[in-house]
Amino acid sequence: MSAVAEPRQRGRGGGRLSTRDKVTVSLMMGIPTLVAASLVWLPAIASVVLSFFDWDGFGPLSEAEPVGLRWYEEAVTIYPAFWPAVQHNLIWLAAMFFVATPIGLLCAVLIDREASGTKLYQTSLYLPVVLSMALIGFVWQLMFSRDQGLINAVLGTSIDWYGDSRYNLWAALIATSWRHVGYVMLLYLAGLKGVDPALKEAAGIDGASEIKTFFHVTFPVMFPINVVVLVITFIDSLRAFDLVWVINRGRNGLELLATEVTRNIVGEAQRIGFGSALATIMLGMSSVFILIYLRIVMREEAR
Amino acid sequence: MSRPQSELEYLARFRTAPISGVSRRAVLAGALSVGAVGLVGCGGSGGGGGSASGEVSFGNNQADEAPLKAIKANVAGFEKAHPDYKIKMNTVAHTTFQENINNYLQGAPDDVFAWFAGYRARFFAEKGMVGDISDVFGETKGIPASLKNACSTADGKQIVMPATYYPWVVQYRKSVWKKHGYEIPKTIDQFTELSKKMQKDGLTPMAFADKDGWEAMGMFDILNLRANGYQFHVDLMSGKEDWSQAKVAKVFDLWKGLLPYHQKDALGRTWQEAAQSLQQGKSGMYYLGTFMAQQFKTGAEQDDLDFFVFPEVDSTIGSGAIEAPTDGFMLSKRPKNEKGAKAFLSYLGSADAQMANVAADPSAIAVNENADPTKYTSLQKRMLEVMKGATDVAQFLDRDSRPDFASTVMGPAIQSFIKNPNDITSMLANVESQRKSIFGS
Repeated sequence: MSAVAEPRQRGRGGGRLSTRDKVTVSLMMGIPTLVAASLVWLPAIASVVLSFFDWDGFGPLSEAEPVGLRWYEEAVTIYPAFWPAVQHNLIWLAAMFFVATPIGLLCAVLIDREASGTKLYQTSLYLPVVLSMALIGFVWQLMFSRDQGLINAVLGTSIDWYGDSRYNLWAALIATSWRHVGYVMLLYLAGLKGVDPALKEAAGIDGASEIKTFFHVTFPVMFPINVVVLVITFIDSLRAFDLVWVINRGRNGLELLATEVTRNIVGEAQRIGFGSALATIMLGMSSVFILIYLRIVMREEAR
Repeated sequence: MSRPQSELEYLARFRTAPISGVSRRAVLAGALSVGAVGLVGCGGSGGGGGSASGEVSFGNNQADEAPLKAIKANVAGFEKAHPDYKIKMNTVAHTTFQENINNYLQGAPDDVFAWFAGYRARFFAEKGMVGDISDVFGETKGIPASLKNACSTADGKQIVMPATYYPWVVQYRKSVWKKHGYEIPKTIDQFTELSKKMQKDGLTPMAFADKDGWEAMGMFDILNLRANGYQFHVDLMSGKEDWSQAKVAKVFDLWKGLLPYHQKDALGRTWQEAAQSLQQGKSGMYYLGTFMAQQFKTGAEQDDLDFFVFPEVDSTIGSGAIEAPTDGFMLSKRPKNEKGAKAFLSYLGSADAQMANVAADPSAIAVNENADPTKYTSLQKRMLEVMKGATDVAQFLDRDSRPDFASTVMGPAIQSFIKNPNDITSMLANVESQRKSIFGS
């Protein structure tokens, strides 16, 4: 905290940049933009375009027949897996948002209070995050397996957790929450570390209870982290795929939009147009959340 | 607080000592361009190996222990007979291979690859994705005439070298049946009676699994063949028949009548697990391809297996039609080593190669008529009998139909029927609307 007069900064305009700097900056900006455009935007746009054509994945694209909105119409009318898939994605989103995220936040708050053994808790809760989703599917298979699973052995039941469509979505949600809780916890731990203790002390002096302090002071201060968690939860829920694919290829009660897209495009089927239509619908759904996020961020920056 | 100073220092450093600045930027720029080039240059590079080295690449879809041993026996036999060639084998799990076949064929396929006879091979031939092997096929002696059609395109070019096939039959353990004194049923009514008897004896009458969505297709096929005959099966599979008609509903009604005797919770069970329930004597019988024997130990355990063809439903149609999916090998569109690939295919079609194959994996039999049946196990001799007694040979729902129809429509439809057998009409109406969309009629 020195009171030494700082040298006045000159305006940092482009005028200060030499030619070489300009080249460097344009390279640094240009190349990532190019990579993003060629690997993200072009395929995305191509996918949207393909969804209006009937192409089997073989032969020249020029021979593909334009079919207008036919695939979209078929998806919502005669494709039996479509509405279940949308429903399961929304259930997934709700479970992640209303169950897994609050649990993660709670874990973060408890660990942040630095009771004994926090390191151990922190590590064990965070461990699932470093595992791949496919591996998590296998790990939980050991718990959920009908004939050899731990859960059935302990409860003495013979429920087919992964095979019975009444239970398997919930089984998958438990497995995915196991990972999501650790992830959210870590983000909030970082957020909590950044909250100025003086704020909490001030609230305490003013006579606020600990819970009140958390909800009225700490939580609002963590706004940027909240936004990040929100977005991660939304996007992760909408693109959920690997776990259910490992369980049973997203069939029989585990249909999700992402598995249906894969089934139609990647498998032996090659209904490229139809699969692209499903993918476009997915893109539309995630765009809603991305737009909301951008609006929040822009408004924040405008303040 | 000290940032401006450091920034000044930093800027000052630029002017006085450009070296660090330059090097840093140069390194960065270099790294970026390398990164970009790296990204561009990420194309798949197929393994080399032209005809000079005599290497033939082979895409094998048999990853399970017994069939893998069988195919390795074939490779070893070929290399012994043709010492100037070397086979480079790429093994991929069966289901994975199947699901990736399109990308595989459009990418860098192996010279020779394993596939199936029937509509499923023809489908790729029509797209110009595979090689013509008419010359090799014509020179290979002993291929049954009845298989020629299943191995050819619509315009009569051969594209598949058939190797082995296996019938789908009702399999059971002799010891279990002897203990309870069961008799082989000849009609569907006797079959139902037998199932009831098994339930009384505390057995699950029919082992059953449909986790991967294809296993139960066999049950639909055989009931359809029994109730409506072979020609109807062919027409229905190739999209020429209406799925919502009464003839198809009748098949599902028949099946619904048998469902109480099926093993419960089939949608979470693999066929291997269902086969084990038969092997452990918990189930009385299992309608499946004879590859089920792979789950039984060779020797006494396999000798205890026996089977019969699915009983008749309609006496005017009888029980002459069976399903016997044929596995074979195909040539890729542009093989790197065509000569070697064709020599390998020719070898795979020979009686010797096929005998070596089925000796290592006795759950199938050789298609080649010159194969010596005296070397067969008792189980294989029974298969041969069944095949000789067949009036018509169907391939299987997912091999007689379009892959997109079988995997995205019929698999889920049959699973939904198993889950809820009371909703046949609306399920079939949905299948019909999707058939119209996919077959475009």
